[in-house]
Amino acid sequence: MAVQIGIVSGKGGTGKTTLTASFAAAADDVVLVDCDVDAPDLHILLHPVVKSESEFSGSKVASIDVDKCTRCGLCETHCRFGAVDVPEIDALSCEGCGVCAHVCPVDAIDLSPRLSGYIFESATRYGPMAHARLLPGEGNSGRLVTEVRKLGERIANATGSDTILIDGSPGIGCPVIATVTGLQLAVVVTEPTMSGLHDLDRILSLLERFRVPATVVINKYDLNVDNTRKIEDMCQGRSVEVLGRLPFDTVTTDSMVAALPLPEYAPSHSMTERIVEMWDRVIGMAH
Amino acid sequence: MAGCASLLVTVASGKGGTGKTTVAVNLAVALGDVTLLDCDVEEPNAHTLLHPPTFESTPVTVPTPVVDQDSCSHCGACADFCQFNAIFVGKTKTIVYEELCHSCGGCAMVCPTHAISERPRRVGWVHTANIDGIRLVYGELKIGEPVATSVIRAVKAEAGSGDVVVDAPPGTACPVIESIRGSDFVVLVSEPTPFGVHDLSMTVEVISTLGIPYGVIVNRAGIGDDRLHQFCRENDIPVLMEIPFERRIAELYSAGIPFVRGDAEWRRRFREMFEQIREMV
Repeated sequence: MAVQIGIVSGKGGTGKTTLTASFAAAADDVVLVDCDVDAPDLHILLHPVVKSESEFSGSKVASIDVDKCTRCGLCETHCRFGAVDVPEIDALSCEGCGVCAHVCPVDAIDLSPRLSGYIFESATRYGPMAHARLLPGEGNSGRLVTEVRKLGERIANATGSDTILIDGSPGIGCPVIATVTGLQLAVVVTEPTMSGLHDLDRILSLLERFRVPATVVINKYDLNVDNTRKIEDMCQGRSVEVLGRLPFDTVTTDSMVAALPLPEYAPSHSMTERIVEMWDRVIGMAH
Repeated sequence: MAGCASLLVTVASGKGGTGKTTVAVNLAVALGDVTLLDCDVEEPNAHTLLHPPTFESTPVTVPTPVVDQDSCSHCGACADFCQFNAIFVGKTKTIVYEELCHSCGGCAMVCPTHAISERPRRVGWVHTANIDGIRLVYGELKIGEPVATSVIRAVKAEAGSGDVVVDAPPGTACPVIESIRGSDFVVLVSEPTPFGVHDLSMTVEVISTLGIPYGVIVNRAGIGDDRLHQFCRENDIPVLMEIPFERRIAELYSAGIPFVRGDAEWRRRFREMFEQIREMV
């Protein structure tokens, strides 16, 4: 079984995808998985070539046959999601629970699978990649994340790769829980801001709860050195290793504009050196 | 609606970390007399810039099934009905997986022996505070709970009657829809990078399905390239404001200080933008 390493953050925009792509470029043999299914960005840096695509249906959706409907309103009364306005159902609000169909006295309501997104198996310069796209406004992002991770595991089994590198989404809700469950190591990317500190505390609590070992990268650490120290103190108090600090440097944005992982864009830059060192340590911790 | 009616403006982005909270809080500080709803209940941050000295907290609960094992006949009707695999019926015991439950009430409805009742289960809190004329309401999802929407709904129920600014979570999935629903206007904060433009285009798709007018704030203007401006031009999206990339602004944010404090010119710009939005709506 391949070792699974996930990059998460709590707060958005701290540098998860930049770090994932950089690790991918520093790694020898990894399977890449983008679990940020409702705002995926890893493909922008890794340029995957899609080999196969499948539809994802994570739930059902109700619809009313207006010819059979007697407008009795029972479905509307019992729907707890405010999705029914007889004889219409708002698909975005419908959670596909089936209560409306159950209470309908004339069997006018049907549940059918809803298309919630697409899953892709692709090839990149740095290894095979599993990724997905949730359709705008859909729920079930946690289920889609689980499916993308399963695809990543199948690819790793087939290729014999011993490491799966996962890019996560911000937050601590269902997609993040689905991303971190069962990881061998979570790399948490944070920044030395008040919100970064606050959100780091919450994601570390989540990881502790799901018994996932964590290590922390402080990005743009020189933006506020006092807060960087506070983050290091917090990590020490929680017995979490700080993997390293990265300075604020315009080379990061420049590499993103060039749509390349940092080690490829600036191979001899000091930032690249630091990231390669971090990756070696990550591999050591996870295996 | 009449021209002077109160306005509900939601600040959203798609990509995380583009400056939603910066815009929402600075707009609220510039306006003064306003309600600020922080709907990023997974990682609420507005209070880390406003530092309310005291706040009131109310728990948010959702109805969750409880099985009376003595009356349960283990027929399996509840598990068959449940679309979320939240109930497992064994030979001697029926188990509810609370985190998977969507609180639809269907299991209790189909149980032939009336063995299932519902009890409130706490999934988070709503905190309310008053700071310098701003009424701040922010939600907090309990750590380990997957579903944020009930906490978001509880925060939005506190909107009140005056002008409201909503700080939305990142992404394009259901929590974002829940936050944006019912808004008069959406302010999309993006940054001029490929990630910023890509995630903005996905969010524009979501808002278009809801039929709510929107405009863009370019944050960290000057970094990256001009594809964001190009995207806005090509899609006729109004650019409402540009906030330059300045180390001073980033440092004030890092220290938990809204940058419009002590800057009358920026306060005026935020107020003018809000009036411009009122006219557009």
